[in-house]
Amino acid sequence: MNKTINQKAWFFVVPVFVLVAFNAAIPLMTVVNYSFQETFGNNVFAWEGTRWFKQILLSERFHDALGRQIAFTFIILLIQIPLGIGIALTMPKKGWGVPVCLILMSMPLLIPWNVVGAMWNIFALPDIGFLGYSLNAIGFDFNFTQQPGDAWFTTILMDVWHWTSLVVLLSYAGLNSIQPAYYQAAEIDGASRWATFRYIELPKMKKVLTLAILLRFMDSFMIYTEPFVLTGGGPGNATAFLSIDLVKMALGQFDLGPAAAMSLIYFFIVLLVCWVFYSLMMKNEVRS
Amino acid sequence: MSLELKNVEKKVGIETHIYPTNIKLEKNTINVLLGSTLAGKTTLMQIMAGLDKPTSGEIWFNGENVTGKQVQKRNVSMVYQQFINYPSFTVFENIASPLKIIGVNSDEIKERVGKVAELLKLSAMLNKKPDELSGGQQQRTALARALVKDSDLILLDEPLANLDFKLREELREELPKLFEDRECIVVYATTEPSDALMIGGNTATILEGKIIQYGKTLDVYNKPENLTSAKVFSDPPMNIAEISKSGDTCKLTDNSVQWKSNVKIKDGNYKIGIRPHNITTYKEGNNTVEINGKVLISELSGSESLIHFTNGNLNWVSLSNGIQQKNIGENTKLFMNVDEFLYFDENNRLVNHG
Repeated sequence: MNKTINQKAWFFVVPVFVLVAFNAAIPLMTVVNYSFQETFGNNVFAWEGTRWFKQILLSERFHDALGRQIAFTFIILLIQIPLGIGIALTMPKKGWGVPVCLILMSMPLLIPWNVVGAMWNIFALPDIGFLGYSLNAIGFDFNFTQQPGDAWFTTILMDVWHWTSLVVLLSYAGLNSIQPAYYQAAEIDGASRWATFRYIELPKMKKVLTLAILLRFMDSFMIYTEPFVLTGGGPGNATAFLSIDLVKMALGQFDLGPAAAMSLIYFFIVLLVCWVFYSLMMKNEVRS
Repeated sequence: MSLELKNVEKKVGIETHIYPTNIKLEKNTINVLLGSTLAGKTTLMQIMAGLDKPTSGEIWFNGENVTGKQVQKRNVSMVYQQFINYPSFTVFENIASPLKIIGVNSDEIKERVGKVAELLKLSAMLNKKPDELSGGQQQRTALARALVKDSDLILLDEPLANLDFKLREELREELPKLFEDRECIVVYATTEPSDALMIGGNTATILEGKIIQYGKTLDVYNKPENLTSAKVFSDPPMNIAEISKSGDTCKLTDNSVQWKSNVKIKDGNYKIGIRPHNITTYKEGNNTVEINGKVLISELSGSESLIHFTNGNLNWVSLSNGIQQKNIGENTKLFMNVDEFLYFDENNRLVNHG
């Protein structure tokens, strides 16, 4: 039999190429282009080499924003992962409770990010917000628009409220894939609840948890909308995380070159952390 | 040492999973629970182990009522159809885990694990994780975990079902030897009559939540109390036909086959059960009778030939040794071994054998 030669098939791939070019390659290359040049508008560019990269890497402003970012991500991971697993463990495994819990859990995930920010902004206002007013009423001096500690507290609480559900749902799926025979075997051995968790549930959840940590790391490391609406990065620069700082630099000050360099550095940090974490977690996994 | 179920019944909602059951298992025996899927084998085992409570009835172990006693406090081990091991432990740690929990010192653990590992041919794999092992080795690890503890009761719930044919044969041969000189009661659930025959010991045939018959495996096989028990303990399925007997002459009710029989039963109508391997393309036994059939399907499986054929209104299954090539639709002559016929009365009870 002769093979029919038909090059028309290539046309089917064209839309993908065009899409990827427009949503990834071209914008990214524009950023790369900006990061090595200086511009004053009017499409006038001057070559600057690696100057912006050096400037960003050495600037105190970047170090501070990165520090805040790392602290924020670290804290929310530390809260959300154990809390998510904990909630998943207590969720019912059958009966009418399952759909109820699943729907309740997915609710926060369905709310648009800027709405979450706005909600929490109003919720936490010290004079009229339920949370802010209550805290003041019971004797705390709470004002997230003026006190950095309170701003952090509110931002973290908001993120925990918004995103713990994701960890819960992933852990729940992981837990549900464990065959009942494992629990019976542990029971027969006389294993304690903790041992059952540590040696059966946790190893069996390893893959979904890796995914949950990666997703939560990336999302929280790139967080923008919610703190922007909630605190606008303030008071002062107290909650100005990397994206907020980046947007300030690019659009507020119109420093396109340094902002582009910062974007790339930012991008590489996320990529590097994800790669290192994933490789470490999957080091001992057998490929199947 | 003995395990006794007294009037044990299990209901879930309005469904009855186990009808009131009485059975007594003795020390140093292997007991096969034989029945199809959903017959209630697993439920029965979980009740025996104490993983599940009966709705009513009692479980006695060594003269002690253990109904409702927690499984941790009873010296039980269980092996499942799925290969259940601790995923993050090595094979050694897996086998050692039940001993660690009951606080055996590490020298003794090493010695006992080593012994069991050798018995189950796992010595070379002690440092590997379950994921890195083949299915057969994973199941061996699970078996080793069950054996290392010196349990009073070892429950094996279709342990070979998920293994491929070769490994199943291999492990099935080894299993009875593993329990040979152990002071324990072994219960083995399976859907395969051949498993029961291979393992020997005692067999209980189970259908739809009822134990039909319990006794020595060969007795249950050769002298099934009733037609149900015979059907459960026959694979490929048993041939059943209606006959009438007058004097020493028996014949199928459609008169197609007639034979002389010296069974000592009254004249009248009966059902006969004929296992497929007692209908062959060649004469076997001293006393055979011919049956004509039209071939429906002919399957070859290595050293055996399974021929499905029709005679009159009935479909028959025959199992012959060797490769017996038959064409579909072909008219053929087969031989039935009259001495192996099982005769059942109108209540489906076995009236005589041979």
